[in-house]
Amino acid sequence: MGRGIVAPGEARLGKARGLSHSIAKGDFAMADTAPDFDQQELRDFTEQAKAWFQENTPREVDFMLPLTFMEVGTDQQFDFLRDWQNKVYEAGYLGAHWPREYGGGGHHRAFQDAATKIMAQERTPIMLNAIGLNWTGPLLIDRGSEAEKQSYIKGILSAETIWCQGFSEPEHGSDLGNAQTRAVRDGDDYVINGSKIWTTQGNYADYMILLARTNPDAENKYKGLSFFLAPMKNDGVETVPIRKLTGEYGFTQTFFTDARIPADCLMGQEGEGWLIAMQTLEYERGARSGQAGGHVMMMADPTDILGLAREAKLNGKPAIEDPAVQEELVALMTEARALGLNSRRDKIQPLAQDRPMSLALGSKLASTDFYQRLNAFAISLQGTRAAYYVGDDSAHDNGIWQRGYLNSFSATIGGGTSQIQRNIIGEHVLGLPKS
Amino acid sequence: MSASNATSDWARATPRIGLSEEQAQLLEVAEAFCRDKSPIDKVRALIDDETGFDAALWQEIAELGWLGIGVPENYGGIGLGMGELVPLVEHMGRHLMNTPFMATVLATQALVRGGSEAQKEEYLPQLAAGAAASLALCEDHADWNLENLTATASRENGKLVLSGKKYLVLHAASAAMVLASVALDGQPALVILPAAALGGRMTREKIIDDTQRAYALDLDGLTLDEAHMLPMDMTADALAHIEQAASLLLAADMCGGAFACIDVTLDYLKTRKQFGKLIGSYQSLKHTMVDAHQAYEKARSHLYSAAHVFGEQGEGEMAVHMAKAEAAEAFSFAADRAIQFHGGFGFTYDCDAQLYRRRAIMGCALHGDARYHRRKIAALMF
Repeated sequence: MGRGIVAPGEARLGKARGLSHSIAKGDFAMADTAPDFDQQELRDFTEQAKAWFQENTPREVDFMLPLTFMEVGTDQQFDFLRDWQNKVYEAGYLGAHWPREYGGGGHHRAFQDAATKIMAQERTPIMLNAIGLNWTGPLLIDRGSEAEKQSYIKGILSAETIWCQGFSEPEHGSDLGNAQTRAVRDGDDYVINGSKIWTTQGNYADYMILLARTNPDAENKYKGLSFFLAPMKNDGVETVPIRKLTGEYGFTQTFFTDARIPADCLMGQEGEGWLIAMQTLEYERGARSGQAGGHVMMMADPTDILGLAREAKLNGKPAIEDPAVQEELVALMTEARALGLNSRRDKIQPLAQDRPMSLALGSKLASTDFYQRLNAFAISLQGTRAAYYVGDDSAHDNGIWQRGYLNSFSATIGGGTSQIQRNIIGEHVLGLPKS
Repeated sequence: MSASNATSDWARATPRIGLSEEQAQLLEVAEAFCRDKSPIDKVRALIDDETGFDAALWQEIAELGWLGIGVPENYGGIGLGMGELVPLVEHMGRHLMNTPFMATVLATQALVRGGSEAQKEEYLPQLAAGAAASLALCEDHADWNLENLTATASRENGKLVLSGKKYLVLHAASAAMVLASVALDGQPALVILPAAALGGRMTREKIIDDTQRAYALDLDGLTLDEAHMLPMDMTADALAHIEQAASLLLAADMCGGAFACIDVTLDYLKTRKQFGKLIGSYQSLKHTMVDAHQAYEKARSHLYSAAHVFGEQGEGEMAVHMAKAEAAEAFSFAADRAIQFHGGFGFTYDCDAQLYRRRAIMGCALHGDARYHRRKIAALMF
């Protein structure tokens, strides 16, 4: 204090000569802590990554690629994306910051962030093994045993072992703590019975992170749950594809009928399932970091909507010339910018301390809701063309916005619905009483 | 073509935000200062005060050096930028603190940007030291465009003779000088009106925000030396700067207001019971509060981004328009719901919710609401 502006009660300062020049007015003056890596090395890495993705990103694919990891519906899509992820990993642009001894690149996180940003910019195909890369992987690195890390991390990165998640049940979507799938210890095995739903890539997965009830008589419903790294290719595990509102596939319902899994599939101790599942959800919701990187969803970016507004015709004129469209478009562009700014601001401690966790817990709600409205707005710019869907020659951009809109509900419903998110924010950020 | 490419580039670029060491210090100082000096009962007591502010508090603000923040060092100031004023005004907004601070700072900026060397030497040190000042920009046509001027100046016998009326001149009765915008030969001009020239020309206006003070000024026949006019070749630029600076500070004030009225409402929802339950447990209220809070967080990110890039051509302007539009909407929504969620008490003058809602309307009325600023962005973008 006392370098320019005094605190109340301190003597008024005279002129603070040179004050304004003493601090570089660079971006993020307080946003980032001092880097503990070689900046030049990062610049070289970034340049190499950019060149690599420009050269290797597949541009001419003669079938529809999934926009998100939740839409992998055909073997053709699956095989293509598995090869692509493997190629990106082998090139060193996935898990670049994960520990080297388990198969990662051993770099500072900034390296992977740079590579991930380039993937989004270059609009590369998505990373297939999202649940492994972004939820299971960081969970194992943070709290897995040495054996678990050795067994699973490399396969997650290379896409050799595909992971799925078994949390939600047909009768318990938002009410996760009430999961009823049973796991009963029997000698060296657990025997699993029950059913999970919304299993992304369930029909392809080798392993599932499984939340199951080991003790139905626990003092409360949460303490009866345990967390398993469960093999999927065992007898008694059956997956049935679910057809989504888009008409495509991507999820399964998973049935366990006396399915035996080795007892060492238990992660942590019996009864710790809820705790571990909550940590997993923090990765899923972006409230905790450690993800392997790489983008797993192709989000429309605001420049796409600008392009659409210029091309699409409303009442015989480019939509962008309509003042009402302009105002809505500006509001959406402003909102898109706010989402980016929010995550930057969250790293500037003095600007993120009024209500701790607010920006992190708010980001899922804000972004998924935004993309839904963005897609709906895009459809509204197309006049009669709004009526067409993927596969019709008359569809604008092959119906990408129509499909994107329908698909956007996967994000406003999955991972805790927007309504559950509002409860979480209301209770944990704003301190309101439980509903 | 190039304009649209520029827009695409802008949209694709990582948005910038940051906090200087000075901003961080000021944030901390302002938080404590405004909390201590502007408790709500004091805000309410000042509603009945003719000047509407506490002269001793104004003196303290001057002694803290805050009025010199945006004044270059060679004119007695500290030589920081508009961005450093944002944390101060934000916390004044949080506590509904009302003084001639914003009016004075903006009048000061008009001189910094549009004044002659002699004018800057004469006036800026006084302003940095605590003389209050104000801007007379608004007219009966109610247009936000600062260059739409019907008040005029004309040259007669080597003097300037003014005519017309100006409105919404904040704290004019407490100001040592007022800078008024007039048209001279069809071109915008800014003239300095010393307090002595304003005797009998001021009428207090009844404005929606009872915590603020505004006056109408009758300029008819007011005669000044030419030396009171700012150099006309710099006036258009000065007016553009005023609009940007005012929008930034009003965005800060409204962000502060949004935070505070959300806070006040949350307190009520956590203590008021109906049907045997705390009303904050009902999802219709809880979820709406979350929406209000999320809108506030977005507005605050835009605010500190605008503070960070203020003054940069293109990006800086766009950021300020976004900040004002978002703050205006976030504050208006939060304050509107604040009244509603206080139920019957919300309908009374005693409930503070109305203070915030009125301040939000005032903040939109000055220098443009959300729609106005979005139109400005559209003009820059498309």
